[in-house]
Amino acid sequence: MNPFKHARNWSTKALPVKDPNFGHPLDTSHGPILYVEDVSVSFDGFKALNNLNLYIDEGELRCIIGPNGAGKTTMMDVITGKTKPDSGSIYFGQQINLRELSEHQIARGGIGRKFQKPTVFEALSVYENLELATAGNKKFWFTLTRELTGEQRDRLDEVLYTIGLTQSRFNSAGNLSHGQKQWLEIGMLLMQSPRVLLVDEPVAGMTGEETERTAELLTSLAGKHSVIVVEHDMAFVRSIARKVTVLHQGSVLAEGSMDQVQSDPKVIEVYLGE
Amino acid sequence: MLTQRLLTSDKGGMLVLGLIALTCIVVPILNLAVPESSPFHVSTFAVTLLGKFLCYALLALALDLIWGYAGILSLGHGAFFALGGYAMGMYLMRQIGDRGKYGDPLLPDFMVFLNWQDLPWYWHGFDMFWFAALMIILVPGILAWVFGWLAFRSRVTGVYFAIITQALTYALMLAFFRNEMGFGGNNGLTDFKDILDFSITADSTRIGLFLASGIALMLAYLACRYIVTSRAGKVIVSIRDAESRTRFSGYQVESYKLWLFVFSAVLAGIAGALYVPQVGIINPGEFSPLNSIELVVWVATGGRGTLYGAIVGAFSVNYGKTVFTTFYPEAWLFPLGLLFVLVTLVLPKGLVGLIGRFKKNKSATNKEEQP
Ligand SMILES: Nc1ncnc2c1ncn2[C@@H]1O[C@H](COP(=O)(O)OP(=O)(O)O)[C@@H](O)[C@H]1O
Ligand SMILES: [Mg+2]
Repeated sequence: MNPFKHARNWSTKALPVKDPNFGHPLDTSHGPILYVEDVSVSFDGFKALNNLNLYIDEGELRCIIGPNGAGKTTMMDVITGKTKPDSGSIYFGQQINLRELSEHQIARGGIGRKFQKPTVFEALSVYENLELATAGNKKFWFTLTRELTGEQRDRLDEVLYTIGLTQSRFNSAGNLSHGQKQWLEIGMLLMQSPRVLLVDEPVAGMTGEETERTAELLTSLAGKHSVIVVEHDMAFVRSIARKVTVLHQGSVLAEGSMDQVQSDPKVIEVYLGE
Repeated sequence: MLTQRLLTSDKGGMLVLGLIALTCIVVPILNLAVPESSPFHVSTFAVTLLGKFLCYALLALALDLIWGYAGILSLGHGAFFALGGYAMGMYLMRQIGDRGKYGDPLLPDFMVFLNWQDLPWYWHGFDMFWFAALMIILVPGILAWVFGWLAFRSRVTGVYFAIITQALTYALMLAFFRNEMGFGGNNGLTDFKDILDFSITADSTRIGLFLASGIALMLAYLACRYIVTSRAGKVIVSIRDAESRTRFSGYQVESYKLWLFVFSAVLAGIAGALYVPQVGIINPGEFSPLNSIELVVWVATGGRGTLYGAIVGAFSVNYGKTVFTTFYPEAWLFPLGLLFVLVTLVLPKGLVGLIGRFKKNKSATNKEEQP
């Protein structure tokens, strides 16, 4: 497999980014929405990412698996701007160089990230949590005097429906089950209408039924958003994945359908040798 | 729609507002229209006492807004109250005119006593009520803005913020004690005669001040409700519970804290300004750090984070204080300390929370009874 088959059209010069919302439509004419190329990160000489190459297509649902310490979380940190890579390039669409942007700009610009631990605002209701996460002017005087617009309220209802919490909209977020909190947090990301969603171990600690519903939720999001899921639970990955990337020691070990990677001798060796 | 937003799902607040409105109607009638011989007559002394409590309630409301909702514990809110009080006191001093002991048409008595020849520059303008009213809002507001800007920008929070606010009010107390400051030193400002050309001791003026305090409290309550029920109010609560995450969600936490703090300080200043003509004096003792701590006890006793709980707390603790100090004038600190410990240990949600708990138990047993 040629890792460079999607390589960006290098003749296009990277645009300088001023507007945090990038100010122009994302150019995904070549397929991928996210380009991670030859990215390396080291911590005190230890290479957490080692020439990592990863291309995520517009609207695809990608699962990333790999043993502990393989660099999965670090990969997300690099994409979201939390960690700056030592080398390599990360592009959002054809023209937006994520290495030049801050965490904040990347989040606003359309790459949402869901952390492992649910962190909803417990004192507020489900509805208020989503209201808080709504994209738009966030200045004090604005939020003091303006209600949500009709359009934003429609979006909120739509998201409530997507995450299956329409019935619980007025419940306090603190009283939700663990799974519901995770969905609410995904909903909060959706309020920003992100192009790419990064989800770190969504089903850890969920009941079987919650896991199933999470699988449904994530597959329903694919298409409208590109979704990248890091997960340990193999049964879960099998239930949602179309394409799986296996990370090992900071680089891609294998990529393909679940059956393909599971029968790959390199993958078997890594997992059995663990 | 707005009234609906402000008042629905706020039963406790509606009850408290209703009681204040009722008091504002009934007390003036019982004071002015009912003869003194009648057992239903309310004395002017009682009117003034109630008026004082209304000012305390407004101050408590101001503190609850920032402590209860944004989690910012200010142990120096008495300073804003005192500054509002001093601004009003300066107006009242200028109203005395040449009726002071020394009969100077321009200079207040204490300045004549200090052999001052001219009115200090910062006393100019206070002969006009509108100017004084503006200063009542601007002085506490601007101090809070500068102080808050420095503190919040450097991310001073929690105990550290509480300590520097104590230092602020203490420093102001020491400054106002100095005669050279031009605020009457330790005697403060007193011997007021008129307010807006009405004699300050007349029963009708007392009623007017009482009503003004009641109306100010009700309007302030609605303003606070407006803030906490707005989208900004939700942001403020989330700052209290998860500050860094709120920041990560794209909100400028500092600016939310700052504006809320400024608004709260302005309310405290208005409370002080209404308080001073009713008690007839303002002195540096109002800056005492202990006052600000007492204020925190009122709010904690009533129940933090509900707004109306602060009003309930201010009334009940001060009523208790009035009764207690009639018998043991010097020992108030002991029951106050005890109250604080009790509330912290037994009643974390204050009196209001106690009522809520009682109700919940009742409805729970009711449910059990229905098969
Ligand atoms: N901030 C850091 N400082 C030092 N080492 C780190 C840091 N973050 C991650 N690492 C190391 O990098 C490797 C990859 O970590 P991580 O990306 O969290 O793996 P995964 O999420 O796949 O389990 C691990 O060996 C980890 O110890
Ligand atoms: Mg990890």
